[in-house]
Amino acid sequence: MAVKVMIPTPLRQFAGKQESVNLEAGTVGDALNALTSQFGDLKKHLYSDDGRLRSFVNVYVNDEDIRYLQREKTAVQQGDTISIVPSIAGGAKA
Amino acid sequence: MLILKQSLFEQIQAHGARDYPNECCGALLGQDGGTDRTVLGLVPLANQRDDSPSNRFEITSEDVRLAEKTASDKGWELIGWYHSHPDSPARPSDFDREHAWPWYSYIIFRVEKAEPREMRSWRLNDDRTSYAEEGIEYIAGAPA
Repeated sequence: MAVKVMIPTPLRQFAGKQESVNLEAGTVGDALNALTSQFGDLKKHLYSDDGRLRSFVNVYVNDEDIRYLQREKTAVQQGDTISIVPSIAGGAKA
Repeated sequence: MLILKQSLFEQIQAHGARDYPNECCGALLGQDGGTDRTVLGLVPLANQRDDSPSNRFEITSEDVRLAEKTASDKGWELIGWYHSHPDSPARPSDFDREHAWPWYSYIIFRVEKAEPREMRSWRLNDDRTSYAEEGIEYIAGAPA
C-alpha cells in the first residue's frame, strides 16, 4: 500500500528536509522500518537502544492514535497518512 | 540565539511562580530563521504529570498538535518548549535529555521558593548525548 508519512519539523533535517515521505507498507511498523532504512539518522530519535519506539513518540494513522489500534501492527490502507507526534516530557532531577 | 520579548519572558516567569512548587510547561511559537529564532507567542499548557508534578512534566501529543495548529494558524512555527525547575538548576536533567528531540529550543528556568530566577535555553545535539546552550536575547516589546 502506498502511504504518506508526515515528518515532524524537528526531524526533517534527518529526512532530506522533506515534509513527507511516500512509502510502500502493509503496517505502521513496516512504514517506520522503511522510513528509518531510507533515512538512518532518524532512527535514534524514534527508537530507543532496545529497538522499541521511544516512550514520547506517538504515531497516528490518519487521526487515530495507534495505541488504540494494534500499535505498530496496525494495518494501513492505500492513501493513509501516518503522522509522528511527540509528547513532551522532562523535569528536574529526582 | 533565541530572541525573546520582555513581555513573553515575564509571562513565562509568572507561569512558573504561579505553579510553584510544581513544574509549569508550555509551547514557544515563533519564526525560525536558521541561526536565530524569535519567540512571538506562547501556549501555556497543563502539566499532565499528576504523580510527581514537582519534578516532572508532561505535555500530551494532543496538546502538541493543538500548539502546532495555533502556530500554523498565525503563520508561525512551533519552535520549542518551556518548563520550570522548582528549586533546581536551569539546566537539562538526564530525564529531559531522554525525552528531547534536536531542533526544538528548550527553555528551562529555576524557580526558587516561588520566585523565578535564571532562565536558559538549550538545544539537544544530534547524537542525543548532550545539549548546546542557546543564548537568549531579550528585547523590548509586547506579544505579536
